Formats: sequence, structure tokens, C-alpha cells
Amino acid sequence: MKLLEVTDLVTEFHTREGVLRAVNGASLALERGEILGLVGESGSGKSVTGFSILGLIDPPGRIASGSVRFDDLELLGLPEESMRRVRGKRIAMVFQDPMMTLNPVLSIETQMMETVFAHEATTPQDARRRAIEALARVGIASPGERLAQYPHQFSGGMRQRVAIAIALLHKPELIIADEPTTALDVTVQGQILYEMQKLVRESGASLIWITHDLAVIAGLADRIAVMYAGRIVEEGPVAEVLDAPLHPYSRGLLDSVPAANAGAGRLNQIPGMAPSLLRPAPGCAFRERCTRAEDRCCDPPALTQMNGRAVRCCNPLQGA
Amino acid sequence: MTVYVLRRLAQTLLVLFVTSALVFGGLFLVGDPVEILVNPNADQAEKLRAAAALGLDRSVLEQYWIFLRGAFTGDLGRSFVFGRPALDVILERMPATLEIAFLAMLISVCLGIPLGLYAGLRPADPLSKTIMAGSILGFSLPTFWVGLLLIILFAVELGWLPSTGRGPTVEFLGLQLSILHWEGLRYALLPATNLALFKLSLIVRLTRAQVREQSLLDYIKFARAKGLPRSRVIGVHLMKNIMIPLVTVIGLELGSVIAFAIVTETIFAWPGMGKLVIDSIFQLDRPVVVTYLLVTVFMFIFINLVVDILYSVLDPRVRLSEAKG
Repeated sequence: MKLLEVTDLVTEFHTREGVLRAVNGASLALERGEILGLVGESGSGKSVTGFSILGLIDPPGRIASGSVRFDDLELLGLPEESMRRVRGKRIAMVFQDPMMTLNPVLSIETQMMETVFAHEATTPQDARRRAIEALARVGIASPGERLAQYPHQFSGGMRQRVAIAIALLHKPELIIADEPTTALDVTVQGQILYEMQKLVRESGASLIWITHDLAVIAGLADRIAVMYAGRIVEEGPVAEVLDAPLHPYSRGLLDSVPAANAGAGRLNQIPGMAPSLLRPAPGCAFRERCTRAEDRCCDPPALTQMNGRAVRCCNPLQGA
Repeated sequence: MTVYVLRRLAQTLLVLFVTSALVFGGLFLVGDPVEILVNPNADQAEKLRAAAALGLDRSVLEQYWIFLRGAFTGDLGRSFVFGRPALDVILERMPATLEIAFLAMLISVCLGIPLGLYAGLRPADPLSKTIMAGSILGFSLPTFWVGLLLIILFAVELGWLPSTGRGPTVEFLGLQLSILHWEGLRYALLPATNLALFKLSLIVRLTRAQVREQSLLDYIKFARAKGLPRSRVIGVHLMKNIMIPLVTVIGLELGSVIAFAIVTETIFAWPGMGKLVIDSIFQLDRPVVVTYLLVTVFMFIFINLVVDILYSVLDPRVRLSEAKG
């Protein structure tokens, strides 16, 4: 049985200009212990998908339809108190900007211990001990002393380690990491990435790593899902998708990655820009920017399965 | 911390000195109190005698020097009108002003923060919109007019509360307070409500704006993602952050309520400092006016000091020793 199965998820935002469908029928599945890279450019709906799984969509946003099945629980429509017991306990999340995720006026100790108490009735001594262990696990030196400090006394990379330590406190079955290295220095990025991978492998947790950085995904994930305009357009094992993408958009993303040996030539880019989610044109959302577009692309393409891979394109590249 | 407080006290002395000089000079220019104090039919010799008795026959610099010398020993001069030490006259009236000021702030804070929280957390709710509309009225209607309406409604029409004056008092820590006496509290209720209305509206609006702004920040979302109950996310994570700007405004407003309760005290014939100072200005009772302003300035500075110390308690990023100014 899959740990997580998201089916036809639709998340909308009601704005003054109309209804914006940030996630428009996204489906993805995750086995226990699996690492999924969720890739896409800004506004493709990848972060909103992550927040939708945790039920953290606030008005004017709302989850309009679909299903999020986690283990034996249907998370959509779950009462708030039951959902709260899942959050932080069975599904944890790490956010993008470590400078913003920790509360500036509460000590690290408070922020870690309250997380323990939110899900377990235990003694303060035990909660404190576990907080120190968690900090040590993510590579924070002298965790006992650091515990009493406040977020502003930590660097960006250290704060992200603290956030990861908080996420790991209850040994969650699923971790959703929303671009956790994007806001960090390149050297720190590498460290965090390495730690995260190690910790996830050790604890056997599943991981959804949301990013726009294909290089990160290549070394980290088991499988990859490419998102475009609120839909998954391609999905499959990471090596296969990166070596031979089926969807023209995936190809475009790969071609846009600057290569170390490419010299000073102009970078490849995908022509045009991401479509408006407010008034989506009928048919394939990528049609306007696609070099392989044909007349039949005006009909919305279905997700086609083949050899453990899936692609949403009428005219896929002959990769497989 | 100690160094910080000492430096602030030194600054306070400087501010007090400048204020006293300005007021002293200003009142000297306004007119001669002797003309008001003595009998209009008095002859020149009598006027000179009166001026000499009050020390007004000397040059203004000399008078100021005498005042300063006295001030350093705690003597701020005698009231021309009451013939008693000006500080005593002020301090006698101060509890009356302080009690309606504190009662007003209590009302504004105890109602304002919950109402603002409600309006901020449920912006689309009809009750929230009513609160916000009410707050616009609260700080745009003139105080004196609202005061009159309160009297008409609660004192004249309904007859629930007395309209003017101060009720019986109880001595508490050497202060004569009426709010500790049930009958006295009834007298204080209308003036305090009148004073509170503007502050209440301000606190409601500020709280709501802060809640709206802070709720969108990642740390709130992260707190929820940790699985914290809503009560803790709002009561601890949100509240601790919105208290920082709120404390500043509450402190400033407390100072202004104490210093500028004049209109309300006049309408409700409340025997506080505000009414005293208005009378004293008309009578050119310089020692009382100067003393009043010095007391007010001192209170403002003291409240600000308390606010600064509270800051360092609320916000770990603020360290008093680093603060400049």
C-alpha cells in the first residue's frame, strides 16, 4: 500500500479577478521510504500542493476537490483536531526561508518543546532531552547551550538545521521539504542536502522535495514529478526522466540548466512565460510555448502511463 | 541595563530643564499675574507690594534662577492663587486624573485587543466589519461631543450613572481613589469611557492590522505545521509578536491620556489635573503651570522608560545596552 496518494487535487484561490486554480487536478503517489522530487518553475503549484497535503491552505484559498490519502486516512475533510494530530507528528514540513520560519521572539527551547508537547504528554525533562538529541542529530554543536538561544543568534544554515530538527522530532513518516536549500549559500546548501538525505534514509521516512533545481533532484530523489500550470505533466524514475524526458516541458527545463562546460554561450530558455492560472486556455497548458505543438494539443491531454512512467502530452518526445 | 537607566535619567533632567525654561519664559511673555491677582481697584503701591511678596519684582532671569535653585531641593514654588506649594496642589489632584486615565486604558486594552484579534482572525465575518466600522466612529467623533452624548444617554435618559463630579474616595497607599469605592466607581465610569473611546478604536485597529500582517508570515504557518493547537498558535506565537508594537502605542497613549484628559475633565467636572491646569493658565498661576508640565514630562519619560524595558522583555533581539537615544 502506498504511503501517500494524491488524486485529482484542485486547490483554488478566490481573488478579486476571479478564481485562480493553483493546483488543477494534480495526482501523485509515494511509497514508504521513497524520495520524490517535485519540480517546476515558480507558480507551477508545487508549494501549494505541499500545503494542500497538510491542510494548510487559508482563505481566500481552498481545496476544491480531489483526495489526499495518507496511509489509511483520507486527509481532505478530516476534522481540524484530527488533522492537527497528523501535522508535525506523522507528516512534517520544512519551509523555504529559514529566516522566516522560526518565531523570532521565542527561544529554540520553547519552539522545540512545544512541538513535543503538541503530540505527547511527557515530562519537561524528557522533552528537553529529545530536543537536545534532535539538535545534535542535525549537526548543531553544543546543543544544550544553543537550546536556550533565540533564532537571531543562529545563521541561516543553522536555522534551517533547527527547522529540520523540529520536523524530525516525532520521526514522521512523511516529510515535505519546500525548497529548503534555496535561500542558503551554495556551500551550506550542499551540507543541508547531505544531512537531509542521510537523516531521511536513516529514519526510513518518505520525502517530497519541492524544488526548481534539477541538479539537486538528480542526486537526491528516487522519482521525479514535473509540475506545470497546476498539473503533473511528467512523472517517473529520476534517472529515466532526466536522461530521456518525454514531455517537451521537461526537456525545456533540462536544457535551461547551465552546464559547467558550456562556455559563455547564451543559455537555453523556454520561450514565452508561464500561463495565467486565472483564465486557462483550453487544451494543453504548455501549448503556447511548445515547439512540438499541433492542432490536437487544443484538446486537454490525458496522463498516459507507460513502463512505470507517466506523461501528459499528445505528442511526447520519443525518449522511452 | 543599569547604565542604560542612568543615562536615561540624565537625559530626563536635561529635558526637564529645557521644558521649564520654555514654560517660564512663555508665561512671562503672556502677562503679569499681579494684574489678575490683586483687586482691580488697588493702587500702585499695593500692586508693588503684591509683586514683591510673590517675587515678581525681580528680573525674569533672577526669578528663573530662584526657581531652579528651589527645584533642585524639591521646591517648585508656591501657587500664586492657592498660596501653597505648587507640587502639593498638583499631587492632590493627580490621583483623580490617574484613576480615570488608568481605568480608560484598562477598558481600551481589555476590549480593544480581543476585538482586534477577532476582527483580524475573521476579516470576512459581519461582526468584524461592525467592529471596524465602529472603530472609525470611535476615533473620528470629537471627544467633547461623545462626552455630551454619554451624559444625555446614561445620566439624563437612563439615569444609571451620575453625570458630573467625583464620588466618595477610599484611601489606598496614601492616595485618595474613588474607583475602589463602588459609588465612586459609578462616578468614574462615564469620564473613563469617554476617554477610552479613542484609545479603544486605535488599539482595535492596530491589533487587527498586526494580526492580518503577522498571520501571513511563515512562522505562523510553521507553528501550525508542527501540529500546535490553534490556541497556542494565536495565544503565544501570534500574541507575543503583536504585543511589541502594541506596547509602544499603549505606553504613548497612556501618557497622552494622563496629560490631555483636559476636555473630558472639563465636561464631566472631574476635579483632576487637567481642569486645574486650565484654571491656572487663565489665572497666570505660573508655579502651578510649570510644575504641571514638569510632572507631565516626567511621567511621559517614565512611561517610555517602562516601555523600553518591556521591549527587552518581549523581544529577545532588543538589548538595552545597545540602544541609542
